[in-house]
Amino acid sequence: MAMEIDSGTVALPATRASTQATILCYNCGAPIDGTQAAGALCSDCLKLTVDITAGIERDGILYMCRDCDRWLSPPSQYVVATLESRELLALCLRKLRGLNKSRIIDASFIWTEPHSRRIKLKITVQQEAFQGTILQQTFDVEFVQQYRQCPDCQKSYTHNTWRAVVQVRQKVPHKRTFLYLEQLILKQGAHKETINIKEVQNGIDFYFSQRNHAEKFIDFLTSVSPVRTKKSQELISMDIHTSSASYKFSYACELVPICKDDLVALPPKLAKTLGNISPLTLCYRVGTAVNLLDPNTLQISDLSTPIYWRTPFAPLADVQSLVEFVIMDIEPLGPQKGRFVLAEATVARASDLGVNDTTYNIRTHLGAVLHAGDSAMGYHLTGAQYNNDNFEALQASKQYGGTIPDVVLVKKHYAARRKHGGGVKARNWKLKRMAREESEMKPRKQDAEREAVDYEQFLRDLEADSELREGLKLYRDGDAAVGAKGGMEVDGDDEDEDEGLEIPMEQLIDEMEDVGLEDGDVEEEV
Amino acid sequence: MAVRASFENSNEVGVFATLTNSYSLVAVGASENFYSVFEAELQDVIPICHCTIAGTRIVGRLTAGNRKGLLVPTSTTDQELQHLRNSIPDSVKIQRIEERLSALGNVICANDHVALVHPDLERETEEIIADVLGVEVFRQTIADNVLTGSYMALSNQGGIVHPRTSIQDQDELSSLLQVPLVAGSVNRGSPVVGAGMVVNDWMAVTGLDTTATELSVVESVFKLGEGMAPGAINTTNKETMVESFY
Repeated sequence: MAMEIDSGTVALPATRASTQATILCYNCGAPIDGTQAAGALCSDCLKLTVDITAGIERDGILYMCRDCDRWLSPPSQYVVATLESRELLALCLRKLRGLNKSRIIDASFIWTEPHSRRIKLKITVQQEAFQGTILQQTFDVEFVQQYRQCPDCQKSYTHNTWRAVVQVRQKVPHKRTFLYLEQLILKQGAHKETINIKEVQNGIDFYFSQRNHAEKFIDFLTSVSPVRTKKSQELISMDIHTSSASYKFSYACELVPICKDDLVALPPKLAKTLGNISPLTLCYRVGTAVNLLDPNTLQISDLSTPIYWRTPFAPLADVQSLVEFVIMDIEPLGPQKGRFVLAEATVARASDLGVNDTTYNIRTHLGAVLHAGDSAMGYHLTGAQYNNDNFEALQASKQYGGTIPDVVLVKKHYAARRKHGGGVKARNWKLKRMAREESEMKPRKQDAEREAVDYEQFLRDLEADSELREGLKLYRDGDAAVGAKGGMEVDGDDEDEDEGLEIPMEQLIDEMEDVGLEDGDVEEEV
Repeated sequence: MAVRASFENSNEVGVFATLTNSYSLVAVGASENFYSVFEAELQDVIPICHCTIAGTRIVGRLTAGNRKGLLVPTSTTDQELQHLRNSIPDSVKIQRIEERLSALGNVICANDHVALVHPDLERETEEIIADVLGVEVFRQTIADNVLTGSYMALSNQGGIVHPRTSIQDQDELSSLLQVPLVAGSVNRGSPVVGAGMVVNDWMAVTGLDTTATELSVVESVFKLGEGMAPGAINTTNKETMVESFY
């Protein structure tokens, strides 16, 4: 061990020692100047006999979590510190017992092989050895690095750490509602407190570490979607002495299985209560309630969630049974309600063109957007066989039995965005996706395909419906925008039909602007 | 002759004993080991008195004396005083002093001719010291310490002072006392030489921790070396001995 003595206070210049010596060092008998000496001891003896570092530990144990590379800062904190960093030095010095009694002059790391799991420090301290005598001494300290898993990592490796789960379900054969909900959640940051998001059949599970986080999430859900919530709790443990119990909470949230553009046959009784609306209606929007529209009269009505769950019913037909029609002729009738304009149209099935001359005279609410020659998607009711009690009741009723239309048009159809080569035309925008855990089983091939179709359909709905876009965040896709400009549109018809589909650039958000708010989200491009 | 001793594991010999050329006071201890050290050297030469002062054992610090007299503080009981009177020679005057600084051993440092005392001592006390001990009294400090009795050990042959005493101070004190002085320590560097040892003209007792260097300094300054051994009583030390007998 190297010992150094502060030369200013103790050492005697050799030349003057002979003239000034007044006493003999009690240890070795060397003549020294008693007025300067530390406790009648010469400097050499002082070096040999006095050890100011005696009370300081020379070894210690440092704990680190090998999963997250953080160091335990007693009593319970884990801090990030790289090897030979200031933070680690502070940690080491704090760990040494007895060091607080002396003044630390200098401390530095001595390089060690990282694999040796040893951390060596060289510390210089000063302390008053006798009255008026300050000693300075340098010594080495060795720390052994040991592993201890931090609570965060323990948690991440332990199953069932959640306290509350919100199970959102909608029993429909497609995922459009959830895709829309996902975008809403992303925009509002409602998923910030989730510890895990799991995709399951017919829905998504959101896991939370605290019950009130789950409650907050449910409040968000009820403010944006028609949802029914049921709470249940499971007793995990209970202490009868303090009467404190811990529970796990499950919230079953079921969304109304009616989606936008679904054809709905209302139960006659319900139709009467909803402003005596014709029971065959079209769902044109889903908010916190389901908004229904009678395409023949433009009468609209709201079906609120609690009323729906009093007499739940399935929609008559959903978007998957939409077929394409061609407008032969269209004539506005006059009545208008918001963006809906009542019109009388003559339509033919697109697949019938060139096969037969069957046409249908119908009324539609799309008078504002449809022109002769356009394509539109609609439900073909003639010849369709629905296995639905409400529809049968409707057919049987005297009042409405004769008013069932042949075709109900739902929305304008835009030709597939295909470039000349056959590939899908790149969009100049994109959406963010939520990071989530897939269920244990790998999705089947057809499931994956269906999901891709659902997502594409959702994107197209967004393009077509500015109202739907309002609550969402759309991001500029730099690469695709350049590609779209470079690639020439060859098909003239395509260009006309795409007119309504372009999303204005100013509505898109630059990703860089948003990065501060959204970091932590894993972005997936589909 | 300089010997090492300890009083019940304490090195501070001067606290528990007083040694002069004509008598010695030793505190009452649990064992007789400390007494034996004195007895071995002084038996049949001078009386060694077991005593307490004011019921305490720190007799060395509470009393001051020389060949001619003994001063005890006012807290000394009559019984103790009577015991002292019975034990030590009749030629030695014993005087109880009414003095605020009652630890007389700390504030008075005397040999048979001179006494150095605490500067704040009362005038009456100073006169009593001069009368009883038969000495010239000087108010002095040792290395800026007022407790002369604690920081100085003195005999008729020489004296040892606090190790931080400068050469100039030593010269000044030495000229007052007319004996050689040296700065030094006892009990491994302890500067309280007065409390760490007792000395008279032919023997010194220091603490058990005293190093050989310290002991050799003590022996040389108090002239307790080879020539001063009990065998030399009839030659070198004859005058002192004779003086003490009569």
